[in-house]
Amino acid sequence: MNPPALLALADGTVLRGKATGFLPDSGVATGELVFNTAMSGYQEVLTDPSYAGQVVAFTAPHIGNYGVTPLDEESPRPACAGLVVRDLSAHPSSWRAVGPLEGFLVQHRIPAITGVDTRRLTRRVRAAGAMGCAFGTAPEAALLAAAAAAPTTDGCDLVTGVSCTAPYTVGEGPRRVVALDYGIKATIVRHLAAQSCVTVVPSSTSAAEIRSLAPSGVFLSNGPGDPAALAAPRDTIAALLGDVPIFGICLGQQVLAEALGATTYKLAFGHHGSNHPVRHVASGRVEVTAQNHNYAVARETLGGARVTHENLNDGVVEGFCVPEARAFCVQYHPEAGPGPHDARYLFDVFVALCDGGGLDGL
Amino acid sequence: MPRRDDLDSILVIGSGPIVIGQACEFDYSGTQACRVLREEGYRVVLVNSNPATIMTDPATADATYIEPLVADVVRAIIERERPDALLPTLGGQTALNLTMELVAKGALDALGVEVIGARPEAIATAEDRERFREAMREIGLATPEAGFARTLDQAMATATRIGFPVMIRPSFILGGLGTGLADDVDTFVRMAREGLAASPIGEILVERSVAGWKEYELEVMRDVADNCVVVCSIENFDPMGVHTGDSITVAPAMTLSDPEYQAMRDDAFAVLRRVGVETGGSNVQFAVDPASGERLVIEMNPRVSRSSALASKATGFPIAKIATRLAVGYRLDEIANDITRATPASFEPVIDYVVVKVPRWQFEKLPGAEPRLGTRMQSVGEVMAIGRTFAESLQKALRSLEQGRDGLNADGGEASFEALATPELLERVGVASPDRVFELEVLLRRGVAVETLAAATGIDPWFLHQLATIAAARTELEAHADDPDPLGSLGATGLRDAKRLGFADAQLARLLGVPEVAVRDVRLALGVRPTFKTVDTCAAEFEAHTPYHYSTYEDEDEVAPSARDRVVILGSGPNRIGQGIEFDYCCVHAARTLHDAGYETIMVNCNPETVSTDYDTADRLYFEPVTVEDVTNVLDAERAASRGDGRLVGVVVTLGGQTPLKLAHAIDPALVLGTPPDAIDLAEDRERWSALCTAIGLRQPPGGTASTQAGARAVAREVGYPVLVRPSYVLGGRDMQLVYDDDGLKRCLTSMLGTGALGGSLDREGGVTKERPVLIDRFLEDAIEVDVDALRDRLGDVFIAGIMEHVEEAGVHSGDSACALPPQTLHATVLAVLAEQTTAIANALGVVGPCNVQFAVKDGDVYVLEANPRASRTVPFVAKATGVPVAAAAARLLVGATLAELRDEGLVPAATPVPREVSVKEAVLPFSRFPGVDTLLGPEMRSTGEVMGTGPTFGVAFDKCQLAAGVALPDEGCVFFSLADRDKPAGADLAASYAALGFSLAATIGTAGFLRDKGIEVHTLVGKVGLREMARDAVELLEAGAVQLVVNTPSGRGARADGGLIRAACVARKVPCLTTLAAARAGAQGIADRRAHAPSVRTLQERHA
Repeated sequence: MNPPALLALADGTVLRGKATGFLPDSGVATGELVFNTAMSGYQEVLTDPSYAGQVVAFTAPHIGNYGVTPLDEESPRPACAGLVVRDLSAHPSSWRAVGPLEGFLVQHRIPAITGVDTRRLTRRVRAAGAMGCAFGTAPEAALLAAAAAAPTTDGCDLVTGVSCTAPYTVGEGPRRVVALDYGIKATIVRHLAAQSCVTVVPSSTSAAEIRSLAPSGVFLSNGPGDPAALAAPRDTIAALLGDVPIFGICLGQQVLAEALGATTYKLAFGHHGSNHPVRHVASGRVEVTAQNHNYAVARETLGGARVTHENLNDGVVEGFCVPEARAFCVQYHPEAGPGPHDARYLFDVFVALCDGGGLDGL
Repeated sequence: MPRRDDLDSILVIGSGPIVIGQACEFDYSGTQACRVLREEGYRVVLVNSNPATIMTDPATADATYIEPLVADVVRAIIERERPDALLPTLGGQTALNLTMELVAKGALDALGVEVIGARPEAIATAEDRERFREAMREIGLATPEAGFARTLDQAMATATRIGFPVMIRPSFILGGLGTGLADDVDTFVRMAREGLAASPIGEILVERSVAGWKEYELEVMRDVADNCVVVCSIENFDPMGVHTGDSITVAPAMTLSDPEYQAMRDDAFAVLRRVGVETGGSNVQFAVDPASGERLVIEMNPRVSRSSALASKATGFPIAKIATRLAVGYRLDEIANDITRATPASFEPVIDYVVVKVPRWQFEKLPGAEPRLGTRMQSVGEVMAIGRTFAESLQKALRSLEQGRDGLNADGGEASFEALATPELLERVGVASPDRVFELEVLLRRGVAVETLAAATGIDPWFLHQLATIAAARTELEAHADDPDPLGSLGATGLRDAKRLGFADAQLARLLGVPEVAVRDVRLALGVRPTFKTVDTCAAEFEAHTPYHYSTYEDEDEVAPSARDRVVILGSGPNRIGQGIEFDYCCVHAARTLHDAGYETIMVNCNPETVSTDYDTADRLYFEPVTVEDVTNVLDAERAASRGDGRLVGVVVTLGGQTPLKLAHAIDPALVLGTPPDAIDLAEDRERWSALCTAIGLRQPPGGTASTQAGARAVAREVGYPVLVRPSYVLGGRDMQLVYDDDGLKRCLTSMLGTGALGGSLDREGGVTKERPVLIDRFLEDAIEVDVDALRDRLGDVFIAGIMEHVEEAGVHSGDSACALPPQTLHATVLAVLAEQTTAIANALGVVGPCNVQFAVKDGDVYVLEANPRASRTVPFVAKATGVPVAAAAARLLVGATLAELRDEGLVPAATPVPREVSVKEAVLPFSRFPGVDTLLGPEMRSTGEVMGTGPTFGVAFDKCQLAAGVALPDEGCVFFSLADRDKPAGADLAASYAALGFSLAATIGTAGFLRDKGIEVHTLVGKVGLREMARDAVELLEAGAVQLVVNTPSGRGARADGGLIRAACVARKVPCLTTLAAARAGAQGIADRRAHAPSVRTLQERHA
């Protein structure tokens, strides 16, 4: 059945479990370990390109309960480096399911480890921060060495690896939106395309190429890795800023901030989950949000930009706008997928902005 | 928005007595509400009729009214207190309905009282099913096709339109009373009639049946700024068709994909907004078609509920506390999360464990009630268990129930299912019952496919696969039994895997064929020990500051070291008849008082409804089964946590009822605080106890012990019938029977021996074995029963806390009898003897702490019935009647304080207080839920709760109690008498007293003849039920509304059928029915005294000033 396996962290912590999913010949899988507290939506998380290079540990103990379905894919192929769970359900139950999660993991070559004390793991990451890890059936020493050597996302451009290689267009609508694909989630494309004609373009697309598409607005997508490593996208946005309405989500916010001359920094263990309270500063309303980011925008470097949203747990900048440049962004995921729908109004704000509206109300 | 400063004082309405569907979850929520309001600086006025609550402690509110929860009384309180606002959402359906009645009568407007928490408009929208359906239609949410009816004809027309099966739901009811599923016309007519009667507005909803769909609940909150959060999702293991209070439920939802869950979340918020709940918590219930995902809104409760208490305990998010803050103006983001301290309450808890709730039923106490579960709630309590997986949590929950089960089978209790053939089991699981989960495990182990069982039960295959995992593991474990060293061959890995699936050591011992102690020893030697994790609302994302723990088998333990002296308090487990909220009350007092005395307090309990399992109550909380294994684990963990001078001082076992007392023998004797375990055994073992009474010269009713039929007959013949037959080690009169002749004795013994034969798993829950014989006593007819609560310290000083005289004579279980404090008919010399004998018993037993003795007084002679070296269920009543904090004092004695010290502190008065007023406690019985059960009182306790009334005379207090218990004594009309022959002589005076009060009299032919002979006018002659030639029978009269009060005393043998029909008609028609002469006398006195005294309400604080 499932062979015994170990999970080693870069700090030397070792946890036991059983190997499942894809079993690499080397018996070793590596990546940067993050924990996600969402209690549902595992398939969306695993297929979210923003998790490229990362090993995801779910804090919810039972994962795989309702199986997998093409309906819940955020990208055609998962980008994450591995999965850590307490219990992987062998027998899913849902009218939506086409198969069990384990088969999906094997099919997409995602290694996984089950039976792990994921709470201990989470407490360790909370205390020590996100770190490299290695897991599998290899001997402990090999895993420890691999964990110590595992790359983190620091300074890495992981976008190029997950961005589309050629533009494509979806949706119909009275306006054209160009979406820069840094690892865009399917749910975002769906939301944009519900109201507009969306052309999704590779992250390397230049400002001139974008202008040539005559967009009513430009969308900056989510994506993996360190925003500071994305010089070209930053320059592209800087060139477009002020000419065309801009809306960014997650990495999109970070790149927009960089384009404005602000800086980003890495959080100790990031925000990964579906329950983060965010205050919409102007109204005082609280949105429960889906989040998935390791990096954040340094508030004090934002200059003239106005902070529109902030995290109630730790004060992190969750959204800002530059009304005169008709640009705004959020750090969290208003499209959800997975997560709550509280912030979907932002897509309407973007449409209004594309149609000549302003950002005074935001 | 900050705190509302325009309010100064706030009235909080409690939920009244514990009844099925409304239990101590409202003591938990109400107590939290009162505390929060006082912390915020408001003056809190509280009204609740239930003395057994922490809520009605004088320290909880500024003005505490233990008064009946009826509109006139509450209005009188409002007129007296003039509160600015009324908070109705923390006291269950009772408070909500009462508030709506006050609104309808214009009382709140007239007196300028604002309803906060939920506007009356919102309450009406949520509670009136017609308005609710219309509201849902407006916002585009689907509800099951349905129609309302106020007559049987309307109902029939609707049912015909929708097509059978249909669901019947009465409007404005609690716990599904009168609700049911009808498959055909006959059932429908019967149920529709019941439903129309159950609804306070005489309306029912006839609805498309969605039985077999998946059932979910979302616990949601909304603040004044329209911020909404889901606190917890709950998925029912049992599908639609079984009341959620009777379902095994699981948190969080297990089988919902994120898109489905988020859509449900959106719907729940839409419901909240449309209904108009602006400041508080609600629960929204959904049905989901497993085949298509189609989702229907079933109902919503605009208040805290049983589910919200469960959600609070399941997540660590205190819904009632936060709902209260929202009600006085705060927003969610202005309230801090107690547990993390660093983050606000405007978030959605995430949990990294699985919570399973299992209801506790008590069909065995209610002959005539069928153990079939449906849409009408029948459970009397519940347990919750926390583990890292569903399998682990389920097994922990099942062993928490204290029904002799160690988990999901693999124990003595499985025999009755193992004995059944597969086809029969398959047929049985088609009907939801308390046994179903166990039957499913047997079937899965026999290889029946999950798909087959899912089709038969409607239970989601995911859950069934989890049961199958347990079954498969069990089969693997059993295979090791043939090994010469089963534990060795299993090894650390095998043992750990089994423990991670929730197997108890006792189950492993049975499966492996080794002693339980060997399992434990080997397991510990191999390093397989539990780890304690923390409930923290956030899945460890933030640091937790509240030590709220559960055990599981993982790598890392989170119990913090302690350099303080610690005391463990063992709670009382699930609510059940005979062991309810009173014991939780005592445990909470112990936690508070020992904390104040400088100890770090540690609570162990598994009942999610209670105040004791609030993480705020004790310094540390272990949400664990109260079993030997689990408690031992906690003690080990706490021992290991000791640092420096800090030590584990001991364990309180005498405040949580019978549950912890039964564990006393299994705990290190050095750790048992107060009365030593052997003394507990001495009082519990009937034989040893009788010997002790003889030794110290106390009179007992003549009797003897027996463990065989022949032996029993010999004893009974010697002492003479009628006899009381009681097993050892019981609570609430379980299996206690009043027997009139040899035949009855034979039947009684047969049933008890049968129970004993079930094996060791039933442990000490009744049943007869050689070691646990029965005591057969001569039953003292017409004796007065007396309860004495006392405290004894380690030096031998005794304080008599209260002497209570029962209204019903001996033979009616003390828990079902009304009682008065101070005693009303006992002479001072008798009282002195009672005090003296109580002292002698406490001394002889070596009690340290609380003790309760029951006596019978006949013709001035005192007989000892039994003694319990633990806190009794009357402790809170005594405390509230006398003003002495008996439970707190008891807890202090347990840790070594003396009565002299407590007197110096002012905690205990110099002498037994004699209150200026009379307090009466009355039992509240669950018969309206069980139409087939006879309402006669007897030696088996059947009440679920109690109310208290206090007044200048016994009559006033008794009358208040009846009103509070929901069966108000009439002021005029007709009293119907049907008396047993032996009661007829005494009945004449009684009938005359009702006649003198202006009532007309009706009587059965025999009784009427007797009364007329005595010169008492009987206006209406009543025939035998069903024999129409003579006269209208009692049932017809009751149905016609021609009778306002029934006095029906059973003759003991025979003629019960007629009486049974009369009593059933009383329940159906809500006509008070007094089944003893004593109660009938008290009733007459109550009516007379009510007329003689102006109605008055007074606070507990005034009474004990």
